[in-house]
Amino acid sequence: MLPNDPLANVLYVDLSKKRSWVERREDLFGKYFGGAGVAIQLLTENCPAGIDPLAPEAPVVLATGPLDGLFPLGSKTVAMFKSPHTGNLGESHAGGRSAVAIRMSGVGAIVITGANTNPGYLSIEGGKAYFHDATTLWGMSSSVTAGRIIRQNESSSGLRSIMRIGRAGENLVTYADVSTETYRHFGRLGMGAVFGSKKLKAVVVSGNRTLEVADKVAYRALYDEINTAAVSSPIMKKYHDLGTAENIQPLSALGGLPTRNVQAGRFESAEAISGEHYAEHYLGRRLACSHCPVACIHIAALREPYQDEAYYYKTTMISYDYEPIYALGSMLGLSNPEQVLSLMDEVEVLGLDAMSSGVCLAWATEAMEKGLVTEQDTGGLKLEFGKADGYVAGVEAITSKSNEFWSILSRGVDAAAARYGGADFAMAFGGNEMPGYHTGPAGYLGFMLGARHSHLDNAGYAIDQKELTKGLIPAEQLAQKLMDEERWRQVLSSLTVCFFARGIYTPELTLRALAAAGYNLTAEQLAETADDIYRAKFTFKLANGFDFDKLTIPQRVFETPAVVSGFDEAYMRRAIAFAAGQLASPRA
Amino acid sequence: MRLSVIDAERCTGCQICMFACTRRLGYAGMGKTAIHIKSVGGMERGLSVVVCRACQDPPCAKVCPEDALVLRKGGGVLLNPSKCTGCGLCREACIVSAIFWDKEAEKPIICMHCGYCAKYCPHGVLALEERREEVSNAAK
Ligand code: SF4
Ligand code: SF4
Ligand code: SF4
Repeated sequence: MLPNDPLANVLYVDLSKKRSWVERREDLFGKYFGGAGVAIQLLTENCPAGIDPLAPEAPVVLATGPLDGLFPLGSKTVAMFKSPHTGNLGESHAGGRSAVAIRMSGVGAIVITGANTNPGYLSIEGGKAYFHDATTLWGMSSSVTAGRIIRQNESSSGLRSIMRIGRAGENLVTYADVSTETYRHFGRLGMGAVFGSKKLKAVVVSGNRTLEVADKVAYRALYDEINTAAVSSPIMKKYHDLGTAENIQPLSALGGLPTRNVQAGRFESAEAISGEHYAEHYLGRRLACSHCPVACIHIAALREPYQDEAYYYKTTMISYDYEPIYALGSMLGLSNPEQVLSLMDEVEVLGLDAMSSGVCLAWATEAMEKGLVTEQDTGGLKLEFGKADGYVAGVEAITSKSNEFWSILSRGVDAAAARYGGADFAMAFGGNEMPGYHTGPAGYLGFMLGARHSHLDNAGYAIDQKELTKGLIPAEQLAQKLMDEERWRQVLSSLTVCFFARGIYTPELTLRALAAAGYNLTAEQLAETADDIYRAKFTFKLANGFDFDKLTIPQRVFETPAVVSGFDEAYMRRAIAFAAGQLASPRA
Repeated sequence: MRLSVIDAERCTGCQICMFACTRRLGYAGMGKTAIHIKSVGGMERGLSVVVCRACQDPPCAKVCPEDALVLRKGGGVLLNPSKCTGCGLCREACIVSAIFWDKEAEKPIICMHCGYCAKYCPHGVLALEERREEVSNAAK
């Protein structure tokens, strides 16, 4: 790295003592770049094994990387914490303006420990943390309003990011999210509850500065090369035009769109909730993360009449993406695009992870159909596939933990199935509710083997669609492919580059971009660092009780025809055993 | 010629113009940008582009006690940094708040209408244009 790059500054914040200080950590940033690579080290240093994820001592780490602020699509912040949802590694990525704001504030990473006595929010600027009271914002019905008030309170607009929780985080729902700039989320694995346990409503980061590069002329030339590749790439155009929602219809046609709790892989109303339909009828604005020429964020304008007065309307701006449409649309059998938008808005306002919420409600609906859960359990609420009203009431009941049933469901679908039964259709993997891909063995193994049990760890769904449709490959070989992809992604998420740009940031280009930031490495050294980061995550996971042998597979996976079928549990177990052999022991 | 905001409604808030304006001087980051993107009450409600309007009779130049702001052909001003003492009076004189502050140099940052940012705006929000008056004068 370049000498004096502010990237190596780590801001430590102790909420209990209302103290903050900066430490230079060139040892970490020099070796692991930033993002995931540095975050896993900071997490390991600050999070003793066995600690309660909601204890005050439990840390939240936010880390950016050397390419943030330098090159297009360097736009992600990696958050790490101990997940209250799985009790293990919590890792979540978000864009918005968070990464650039943190970098511009003069630090590369932030480590927050301790807890506020009264609700508060933090503002971070110039390497210092300022502690503010947030009592008035705590319990506020809409997290969007809370964000607006903080925005008005804080002066410097523009180079600023606001990360905040909603009521779900305050109430410690284990799949509460933290949202940034309203429309991007640290969605998965419950960072919102960790904020909630610290009585931390929001973190505001702001600043502005220049950053040095190794060679000004070479920097500008490389910038142009990357920028041209980004604006002319067909994948980028696809994400700009329809956004990730473009995938709804094609996946449904292939039988890979989870529908009604994965009782089907094709949704008869896919067209009505497709990217095409939303773009044509509702798209109101496109937004971009800082430094992104693509602008994949699609915002729908939903105009709804008031019931009590004629010609009186409200217009809500609601961001939509593939994953929330799947989780709160097809997974719940909802075919009315406006009802799906309203439910997404509800989930946004409460501050819940959309995927976990949808999967929990889908399980609950099927459990009611099968008589495992009754209206007595749900406090009179009837959940039925295709009926939106019950789901709007359901997400509120989860957030307020309105009775025993809803408070168990607020801990996830595995917790609920352990109490009420129905594990065979509780669609979670490694404790995390599934993303929207019923594509086949690579997709499901990907969820299980990925360090954060996310489809983005290794993109198994793409292996199903591109390769396994031609025929299954040996389980060991499939596990190896998934691990190789996940290993390389450690580099991207340490730089920290958006995964949508993975086609542009090839290893060769990555080495040159790193050189501009003062890192001179060979391809072999880069591969070795990737492996170190990947293994460090599993070292943390294993130390905190992760066990490959204890991964459970809901039978539904094998019952409903997927894009790729014809695999069984024995095949999956062989792949898992192979991965365990590779990852549970130190590098040979 | 001057930098014009063609249609702020197309702006996605990517801030690529802000990086470009800083990169023109060989730096990464946004510390030297003369153009800023502000949200109008939350990004979903739209964005506005704050940049020098290239006044023909610039109020900022009039208040400068050191004559550090030289009138630019085509409107606006050019900063002579060796004369500027960093007093900040020009900033208050600009009613559109288009004079920003370089904290590293303690000097104002004012757009010089070079058009570098417009080359990078991915969504056609910005362009280097003749002023309408210039176009009509040329036609005469
Ligand atoms: S900086 Fe402001 S006052 Fe000066 S020329 Fe530009 S718009 Fe006019
Ligand atoms: S025209 Fe030139 S000086 Fe003005 S904002 Fe754009 S890049 Fe900066
Ligand atoms: S580059 Fe264009 S789209 Fe991006 S923020 Fe600037 S004006 Fe808006």
